[in-house]
Amino acid sequence: MSPVVETRSAPSAPAPRQRSRRRLTRRRTSLFAHGEPMVWLTGGALVIALAMIAGLLLLVLGQGGLTFWPKPLDRFVLEGGVALMGEVTSSEVLEDGGSRQLVRTGNYDLTQVHFTWVEDSNVLERSRPEWGLVLERQSWGRFYGEPRAFLIDGETVAEDPAQVWTRFEQFHPGTRERYEQRKALETHEIGRLNARIESARLAEKSAELDSGADSPQWQRAHERFVRVQEQNESEFDAIREEITQLNAENERYGLVLETADGTRTTLSLADVVRAYPANQLGFADKLGVYLSRWWEFLSDDPREANSEGGVFPAIFGTVVMTLLMSIVVVPFGVLAALYLREYAKQGTIVSMVRIAVNNLAGVPSIAFGVFGLGFFCYIIGASMDELLFEARLPNPTYGKGGLLWAALTLALLTLPVVIVATEEALSAVPNSMREGSYACGATKWQTIRRIVLPRAAPGIMTGMILAIARGAGEVAPLMLVGAVKLAPELPLDGNAPFLHPERSFMHLGFHIFDLGFQSQNSEAAKPMVYTTTLLLIGIVVSLNVLAVLVRGRLRRRFMTAHI
Amino acid sequence: MEERTIEIRPPGVASKEVPRMMRSQAGGQEPAGIPESNATLGGLFEAIEQDRKFETVVHDSARDDNPVLEIQEFRLWYGEAQALHDVSMICPQGKVTALIGPSGCGKSTLLRCVNRMNDLIDSVRISGDMLLNGQSIYDKGVDVIELRKRIGMVFQKPNPFPMSIFENVVYSLRIDGERDRRVLQEVCEQSLRGAGLWKEVKDRLDSSALALSGGQQQRLCIARAIAAEPDVLLLDEPCSALDPIATGRIEELIEELKGTYSILIVTHNMQQASRASDFTAFMYLGRLVEFGSTEDIFLQPKLKETEDYVTGRFG
Ligand SMILES: Nc1ncnc2c1ncn2[C@@H]1O[C@H](COP(=O)(O)OP(=O)(O)OP(=O)(O)O)[C@@H](O)[C@H]1O
Ligand SMILES: [Mg+2]
Repeated sequence: MSPVVETRSAPSAPAPRQRSRRRLTRRRTSLFAHGEPMVWLTGGALVIALAMIAGLLLLVLGQGGLTFWPKPLDRFVLEGGVALMGEVTSSEVLEDGGSRQLVRTGNYDLTQVHFTWVEDSNVLERSRPEWGLVLERQSWGRFYGEPRAFLIDGETVAEDPAQVWTRFEQFHPGTRERYEQRKALETHEIGRLNARIESARLAEKSAELDSGADSPQWQRAHERFVRVQEQNESEFDAIREEITQLNAENERYGLVLETADGTRTTLSLADVVRAYPANQLGFADKLGVYLSRWWEFLSDDPREANSEGGVFPAIFGTVVMTLLMSIVVVPFGVLAALYLREYAKQGTIVSMVRIAVNNLAGVPSIAFGVFGLGFFCYIIGASMDELLFEARLPNPTYGKGGLLWAALTLALLTLPVVIVATEEALSAVPNSMREGSYACGATKWQTIRRIVLPRAAPGIMTGMILAIARGAGEVAPLMLVGAVKLAPELPLDGNAPFLHPERSFMHLGFHIFDLGFQSQNSEAAKPMVYTTTLLLIGIVVSLNVLAVLVRGRLRRRFMTAHI
Repeated sequence: MEERTIEIRPPGVASKEVPRMMRSQAGGQEPAGIPESNATLGGLFEAIEQDRKFETVVHDSARDDNPVLEIQEFRLWYGEAQALHDVSMICPQGKVTALIGPSGCGKSTLLRCVNRMNDLIDSVRISGDMLLNGQSIYDKGVDVIELRKRIGMVFQKPNPFPMSIFENVVYSLRIDGERDRRVLQEVCEQSLRGAGLWKEVKDRLDSSALALSGGQQQRLCIARAIAAEPDVLLLDEPCSALDPIATGRIEELIEELKGTYSILIVTHNMQQASRASDFTAFMYLGRLVEFGSTEDIFLQPKLKETEDYVTGRFG
């Protein structure tokens, strides 16, 4: 004891003098100590980060937002008498001082090109024809031409462009309606019949597999199959009859158009999605075209190798996949974090698990894709097929990429995010609250459920937001486990069991990749890349905003005040 | 041994105590020369600091054949550091027992042992026993949950739950599955009135309890503890965050509750201890120094240290 006392008391005599001297020689606070430069440094870093994000958003917003605005139609007569008509999409200055313009000339079925470069020095005459029409077609892309005649049952009923246009506007909506009807019949009705006969066939097949051919069970299943087949046959005929009628009615109307180089073609009205005289549009008309294109983009199926039409299946696939993923990952991650933080005895093993989980967040996403394909599709999926869907083999049901496997793969990918965020939220719950609950006689689980989880809910929501943002934007693993360029059917439809998690699906992220890098008509697809990007950002942002709002409500409920 | 004593000693006490210790040693007193009894009363704190044996002074007034709580030679370690040394005392049925002593002497620790809150801390080891109504608290077969339901506790720092005021108060009923809204409302009102909080919050029972002021939160915690109607109520400095009016209200409440409940209260306020309690225990560095009826402790303490402490001449 005494040495301690001595060391304490020994320096006590000279100490006061030293201290006072030190105080005298204290230097003035330096510029760095004041921190002015740090303000600039930190502020600068923030500004640069914000500027980059703003730049990205502006680019996407500008390019994506303008894609659908209708452009005027220009007619060029070039040296050598070649005439062109189309929309000028971009122009550039050449090295020799001249300039050239990229003109979307369409009419792919006639010319085999979508775009043409026009050098300004070559142009003899440039005009904006009053009756230049832009027609967006169901197939073959856009058509540019001037109306020459309107045909009903092969008879010319109008030749003056204005009259032709009036006739077109009169009959076009009806033909489109019939076209939509036909499409609905083809997909829904025939899809329903196909599903029915497929299930009967599968029943027969599995009866054969279960109890052998010629067994009474098989006999019954077979009879049923034959009955369904007969019944379907007659229904098929009825539907086909209806379709033929609709087609025949639509075939009555034709629009004769003349292209810039004088070729005349007749277009079936049903084939035209949208048409407008580009050079006569006022602002309101343009806005109408713009909005109707956006509507089509959001609500319709893609056309023309995805470069036109809508992206509804991709929106749907993205949202459904993200929701499925959240449904899986959030409870899973929260439970895991609960165990790690509340139940497990804190020690080396738990620390190691924690480090492993954190590292999982750094694994490249494609690695998860490979794992998903190898494990989910080829092991679990294939076994499920063998056990449950034997009748469909060799066609795989679950043994290939699909919505479910994609959602599970992404759930695995985002699991660390949720676990880490939840753990953080749990450890931020003050221990005194837990003690208070235990002191009231609550069990561990009651404490967790009534005190810890509600209090940690906003933090858990943060984890969910991060997971959604990460999951919705991920593309690489999806290419391996089920995202496709064009999915024939939505994963949700009217045939039982309504949600088909085994189906492959379209995804906005993959759609962007496909449009930008895999499209044959890349010039036409480019604007769509921006629009789709805009949409994807929009969806992720709105999912986030939604979650943030919910979190805000939770936070307010547990607002902490002065203590 | 000596080093451990130094560790346990809170800094505030240490700086004051070191000179005294030096003096006694400079006086040439051999440590071994101090008798093992409490004969050298002036050196009691030194004896404790040097971890020598001594016996708790228990007044005759503090003997009871039928105490609600009996603490028997209780020892507790936080890891290697011993925080309680051979504490033996009783809480008589229906009476208020006050625990006083300098900061860090183990009052909260002792209190938390009564409802086994220290089970939650991994590093804690104990020996000795506590009996609640004659039954061991630390027996293997004891259902801790049931035990805690019979013992209400108010912590040193207010710890309202992240839910509405109403839900806070009826928490212990909720976890027992009480659904009847009328019962809940009645209990809520009674408890809040008891804690002197009813008038302030009756119009906003559904707003968050975390939005209350510190003192209001503490009274809410008291309301929460009495809502369960426990046998024993443990109050750890319930009034440290309260103004004199609220403190008076709590003391009134204690007055009302005693008889029905047995109360064990920690306080730094000597007036409060003398006003509100029937028995007082003085603790120092993990030991129970003197225990007796409040009158005895305050008016005729047997130890000089106790007298110094209760009259404010401590240190
Ligand atoms: N969780 C813990 N882990 C380790 N040591 C602890 C823990 N809690 C308390 N201690 C130590 O035990 C001793 C007694 O602490 P306790 O909280 O019981 O003091 P107290 O008498 O309530 O003091 P106060 O009047 O300041 O509240 C102190 O030295 C403290 O540092
Ligand atoms: Mg304390």
